[in-house]
Amino acid sequence: MEVNEQIAIDHGLKKDEYKKICDLLKRVPNLTELGIFSAMWNEHCSYKSSRLHLKKLPTSGKKVIQGPGENAGVIDIEDGDAIVFKIESHNHPSFIEPYQGAATGVGGIMRDVFTMGARPIANLNSIHFGSSQHKKTKNLLRGVVHGIGGYGNCMGVPTIAGQTSFDSSYNGNILVNAMTLGLVKKNKIFYSKAAGLNKPVIYVGSKTGRDGIHGASMASASFDEKIEEKKPTVQVGDPFTEKLLLEACLELMAGDSIIAIQDMGAAGLTSSSIEMASKGNLGIELNLNKVPCRESKMTPYEIMLSESQERMLIVLENGKENIAKKIFDKWDLDFAIIGKTTNTRNIELYYDEKQVACIPINTLVENSPMYDRKWKKTKLPKKNLIKKEEFKKFKIKEVLNKILSNPNVCSKEWIWQQYDHTVMGDTIQKPGGDSGVVRVHGTDKAVAATVDSSAIYCWAHPLTGGKQVVCESWRNLISVGATPIAITNCLNFGSPEKEENMGEFVECVQGIGEACEYLKFPVVSGNVSFYNQTKEIGIKPTPSIGGVGLIKDYKLMITMDFKEINNLVLIIGKTEGHIDQSLFARNILNEKNGPPPEINLFNEKNNGETVLQLIKSNLIRSAHDVSIGGIITAVSKMCIKGNIGIEFDKPKYFMSEIEYLFSEDQGRYVIEIEPKNLKKVESILNKNSVHFDKFGKITDKNMIINEKTKVTIDELKAYNTNWLSNYMN
Amino acid sequence: MKSAVITFPGSNCDRDMHVALNKFGFKNKMVWHNDNELPKSDLVVLPGGFSYGDYLRCGSMASKSKIMQSVINFAKSGGLVMGICNGFQILVESGLVPGILLRNKYLEFICKNVFVKINNKDNPYFKNLDKEVFELHIAHNEGNYFCTNDQLKEIVDNNQVAIYYCSDNGKTEEKFNPNGSLKNIAGIFNKEKNVLGMMPHPERMIDKSLSGEDGSLFFKNLLNNIK
Repeated sequence: MEVNEQIAIDHGLKKDEYKKICDLLKRVPNLTELGIFSAMWNEHCSYKSSRLHLKKLPTSGKKVIQGPGENAGVIDIEDGDAIVFKIESHNHPSFIEPYQGAATGVGGIMRDVFTMGARPIANLNSIHFGSSQHKKTKNLLRGVVHGIGGYGNCMGVPTIAGQTSFDSSYNGNILVNAMTLGLVKKNKIFYSKAAGLNKPVIYVGSKTGRDGIHGASMASASFDEKIEEKKPTVQVGDPFTEKLLLEACLELMAGDSIIAIQDMGAAGLTSSSIEMASKGNLGIELNLNKVPCRESKMTPYEIMLSESQERMLIVLENGKENIAKKIFDKWDLDFAIIGKTTNTRNIELYYDEKQVACIPINTLVENSPMYDRKWKKTKLPKKNLIKKEEFKKFKIKEVLNKILSNPNVCSKEWIWQQYDHTVMGDTIQKPGGDSGVVRVHGTDKAVAATVDSSAIYCWAHPLTGGKQVVCESWRNLISVGATPIAITNCLNFGSPEKEENMGEFVECVQGIGEACEYLKFPVVSGNVSFYNQTKEIGIKPTPSIGGVGLIKDYKLMITMDFKEINNLVLIIGKTEGHIDQSLFARNILNEKNGPPPEINLFNEKNNGETVLQLIKSNLIRSAHDVSIGGIITAVSKMCIKGNIGIEFDKPKYFMSEIEYLFSEDQGRYVIEIEPKNLKKVESILNKNSVHFDKFGKITDKNMIINEKTKVTIDELKAYNTNWLSNYMN
Repeated sequence: MKSAVITFPGSNCDRDMHVALNKFGFKNKMVWHNDNELPKSDLVVLPGGFSYGDYLRCGSMASKSKIMQSVINFAKSGGLVMGICNGFQILVESGLVPGILLRNKYLEFICKNVFVKINNKDNPYFKNLDKEVFELHIAHNEGNYFCTNDQLKEIVDNNQVAIYYCSDNGKTEEKFNPNGSLKNIAGIFNKEKNVLGMMPHPERMIDKSLSGEDGSLFFKNLLNNIK
């Protein structure tokens, strides 16, 4: 087939991009070459709309061993140990085929982590669905949860935390973000940079099939009514093979055979071979007849663009082929020497002894397009003026029922009970807490991880929202007693070709950057997912932040359940009564306008560090951050988990009870302390100038809000635990 | 005391079991599914996981792997063989214990703590335990025990039920059955009681920082019984 402009457009390339390809090559590419360009230059692989802005994020720090640019980020957790972690989106495929889309998302991110030599020790996920009333939501949710569980459970990696939200902006584009943490010795980290000439290039894992061809291109476009036709672009997962691949790779990595290794993820053999050669400033030559194929008569085009799962490409030291082959034979995996490194700086492909493609690698990587897209700034919305009398008409108990049973607040146990969260025998904080926590096997250390997003705040004001979500991640780590170290981010947005969506992206990234910089909480890995858009409707901007922290002595970990009768409850951080964009405003007042709560980074850092100091000094029995739904929601969850009540003190604040209890001011925590420690705690808080309110005292079975209002723990449980399981069954 | 844990392709609780056995005083060896011979052992464990991806039927392919012939011979000669979760599925597929394990009643994977009641203490696994009800952890998709009426009669007549799902105070009612198992059965023995298959994972309950410590009691007692 003769390539022309129309064929290039059908591959998702723009006219001027096609012209640039012809100029760079000084000729018209053949179809295989065009396929390779389209795979490397799509948004998903090239970051052409986002690169310019991502550069501004802080990515280094004392604990950072590897920042963005590798398969995953790496941080130092002392004693020669390191944590490899990353989050990645699998949004588009999950909407088309929820089970396989979600499953391969989980498989892909685990591969990114063990490619670097790390054994995966924890999975997390952030999943977002359309309105619970939308006809597709239930099936999508069920499919995604089964897919995540189906893959992660089989791999034997615990799923320790996650986040689920419902919002009508996801009706046509759900989000599935999967995150994995792996453990590796600092001196045994593997990278994707090839080195040396005439080194054998090895293909291992599953055979290549016709699934997932153009998957990355599909994920770089909006949806329309023909979406069902895109099913063949979704990959099919085989977690069993991946488990074998994991064990085989780690076995090979124990020796010194590997120079470089790269998993075949988006854009399969194309991106993996090109990335390794590009990083090593080398060329690469592949004989496509040697690639193990699942189906007969696959063309070079199909082989290069297949996104079949569970495959790896390795550059080996000369003479190590037999050692490697023996290991992969033991694990019943395909193993083939398919090429070698060269000094040409070209990617050269051969098929039936003919050269079928020859492209200078720099044209695919360094010369890939980069756009400074037009974007529009979002003004800070005006505050709503709500009269004090307005609040008086609400009965707290009724409001609390509505808030606790809201789909975005209610217990997600129906979901996480389907994930194996205890395999590997080191999970010391299960899903449902502020962060999931796993011990570093055989040591006193533990690693905490959380994944968060706040699309409502980001939509109302992207700059504030971007800062907020980083702070929320920071707070969730602090709340379990972990010292926050670094984050990974998954940036889910609409079309970058629309000024509003691009503006949301630019300002969220700016907010994330500012917060990370201030909190010394650098970004070490991540991914961008644009075009979460169906026709003209895009999702609310949804950056998902995956935070990781370290607990040096796991016995000092804190959980959120209230522990003991007569203990005191304090609210750390100042409550100003910010109601706009709160769950209360949106769902009870039905008021969707107004600014999100303000972020004060000084208070955020100061409050967080002080709470951490209290935890480390053994002065706190339970802790929980205050997030959506306000103080009363946080306190209710602590009562439910502890199966114990609380009596609120008489209010001394200058606002209505509703504002105090349901407002969503930031930088706040609820902590439980023993009465005998009150003086000590107060003096530390005062010394650090941290604002706090004495809030109440723990009692037996009731939440006593005031003289007139009492809620039993069983009532709280009924409000909070039933919505999701009733909805799904 | 010597133990052996078999690793099949797709096993994923093999390490956890190894850690647990060693913690309570066994000298454990890991054995590869493709080996012919078992090392000299007082206890052989088939661990949890997804052997062969649970493709075809859970446990069916693993039951045909090379090492299983030695395991079967070891069991037939009276050796102690314990199958946990996927290991239990392998035991039923290899005919060492009766019945089969169907997909969970609500068609969903379940990972949570459950209570089980010990039915029969006249065996090396539960002898001398001074507790009836244990809190253990389950994590499975196919734990719904089923057998024919004739088999059930035989199992009951021979006192082969090892543990039942129950409430925290030992009530074995249907509402405490997490997966639809016949009669709330969570684990069974062979006729001779030297082979035990059960869905709950004692190896995940060996530390108070984990889901609980009832697994520790089980392992300590087991070691004492076979010393």
